[in-house]
Amino acid sequence: MKQSLTLGKVTKFVGLGFFVTFKDLFTGKLSKEDFRMFLRKTIVPVASVFLFIGLWHMGAKALYNIEADFRIEKALKDQGQAAADATASCIASGDKTCQPNTLPSPTQVWGSFQSLLRDHKLINDSKEAFALKVGSLNAKNEEFNRVNATKIAEGIIAKKEAIVYTGRASFVDQIIRSLKTVFAGFLLALIIAVPLGIFIGLSPTLKSSFNWFIQIFKPVSPVVWYLLVFMIVKTLLIGSSEDSSFTISFISVGLCSMWATLVNTAMGVSSVDKDYINVAKVLKLGNFQKIFKVVLPSSLPLIFTGLKITLSVAWMVLIAIELLAQSPGLGLFVWEEFQNGANDSNAKIIVAMFVIGIIGFLLDRLMLTIQNWVSFDKTEAI
Amino acid sequence: MAYLELNNIYKTYGQGGNETEVLSNINLSIEEGEFVAIVGFTGSGKTTLVNLINGLLEPTKGEVLFKGMPVQGTSHERGVIFQNYSLLPWLTVGQNVYMAVKEAFPKKSKNELNAIVADYVEMVSLTPAINKRPKELSGGMRQRVSVARALAMKPEMIIMDEPLGALDALTRGNLQDEILNIWGKDKRTALLITNDVDEGIYMADRIIPLRPGPNATLGPEFKIDIERPRDKTEMNDNANFKKTRNAIIEYLMDIGDERKSQTKEEFVLPELTPKDFVNRFK
Repeated sequence: MKQSLTLGKVTKFVGLGFFVTFKDLFTGKLSKEDFRMFLRKTIVPVASVFLFIGLWHMGAKALYNIEADFRIEKALKDQGQAAADATASCIASGDKTCQPNTLPSPTQVWGSFQSLLRDHKLINDSKEAFALKVGSLNAKNEEFNRVNATKIAEGIIAKKEAIVYTGRASFVDQIIRSLKTVFAGFLLALIIAVPLGIFIGLSPTLKSSFNWFIQIFKPVSPVVWYLLVFMIVKTLLIGSSEDSSFTISFISVGLCSMWATLVNTAMGVSSVDKDYINVAKVLKLGNFQKIFKVVLPSSLPLIFTGLKITLSVAWMVLIAIELLAQSPGLGLFVWEEFQNGANDSNAKIIVAMFVIGIIGFLLDRLMLTIQNWVSFDKTEAI
Repeated sequence: MAYLELNNIYKTYGQGGNETEVLSNINLSIEEGEFVAIVGFTGSGKTTLVNLINGLLEPTKGEVLFKGMPVQGTSHERGVIFQNYSLLPWLTVGQNVYMAVKEAFPKKSKNELNAIVADYVEMVSLTPAINKRPKELSGGMRQRVSVARALAMKPEMIIMDEPLGALDALTRGNLQDEILNIWGKDKRTALLITNDVDEGIYMADRIIPLRPGPNATLGPEFKIDIERPRDKTEMNDNANFKKTRNAIIEYLMDIGDERKSQTKEEFVLPELTPKDFVNRFK
């Protein structure tokens, strides 16, 4: 039997059910009862967003005024009336050189967001131009390497390296880099925590031998994990000129975030419904069959709960770890903007904050969707 | 030598001070091809008894003999139908049955196994639902899957632990007939655990009441001398049926009274008099 795939089903599945009422509003299918639901589910959230922006705007304005008054006062005290008037008119004129540096207003943040996008386009263009310029040279170098492959292998002639773009990364590049780091870390956590969790869940001996380890290392701060990974990776890569910041940051992210998956997997595996175990016994399933046909499917919901927590923790600690590891990405972006202190730096930090939040939310939804996809409904089961 | 023999079975749970004896001195023998029902109150140790026979539990004392050999662990020779169906919710009806068949006949080819699955699913008339998951089925359908899964392994003995306990009366009646039909085809040995005396009389050759635990023991057996196939409506007027039914119920009621009298506790109520509000506010 084929089920028709409607917008309603899809949005509900990925956890964005409110879109449906939105659609109904425009197609005129909304009944009276639905309308109250619509008010509650759509109008109220939208209104609260506007309220939030309004409060933010007023707060930013108040802070701006405090800062501006202070500057004018200071000029008056230090340099006299003329300087104070000059400062006041400079601030009022909106000149960038004398703007109070404080919490940016929503409009400033929006402006910064657009300027970041423009910047990304600019960098992209320059990248393309660069690729065009070095394209033929790179091709020549490659040809040279291919022809002289044997000699290069013997070490007679040096290999000609391809010329790569080394300009600064745009905001979007940094987001992508951050996502790569977080997924690498998440994958590491998955590869370590799920099998280990299964073993711990299956064997009470392993459980008691690992318990202290989990209890002690679970609450350790991401900063400390970073330092630990740094100590180890630095020594392992000694003498290598390669940039290890990516390696260090993704390993730290993985180690930091794997605990939720480890604990949940172990719990899921050790608490499989007794009925299922009895079935496995009565059918005389072998150990391998029992684990893969009964224990794992039945603990999938809990494993995925763990993975969901792991991904959101990974995203949260990523920012701090990138900042420490000087690994390009959103964390480093925020830190560099803070150190930069340009007049739109604060606004860019707020832009990064929203981007981080929204990506975190989308990652969470992604995991929820996969979880719905792979696991059976526990409430209706048996 | 009986087909299944239980000799002086004792089963205790817990240790030291917390020890409770659930079953004591159980003796039972079932002949080949016989349909035996054990009737008892809820909580009297019926499931424990079943698990001892199918090999999920080991007796503390005594021995369970199946075809003269002591039972050690579970076996494909004894198919079990659980009270709560115990289907794996992430597998479809067909996959649930297939898993059992594959374990029972590891040497058969995939096509042969699929044919067996199809046969047994057809037998419980669930062919249209073969690709559905348990949660899409009603309780009765789920239990039929469970029946198909147990029988598809071609066990020599079927053990049913209150298989119809969670079903409504109508579905119950239909499934009783279905199970009897299937049983009638090759007359495998069957053990039915139930809390419904009528169900026991309708289905079994012999009924044995289980006196309620702790220290549950088997009571005297009642033979059911009613010709098969039995008809439910006619049976209600059958003198033999009425007699047996009354005897069993009387026996069980007596046990119940006995148990009540044993656990007679006196509750002392505090002496209370209503407060005099009327005079107070005068």
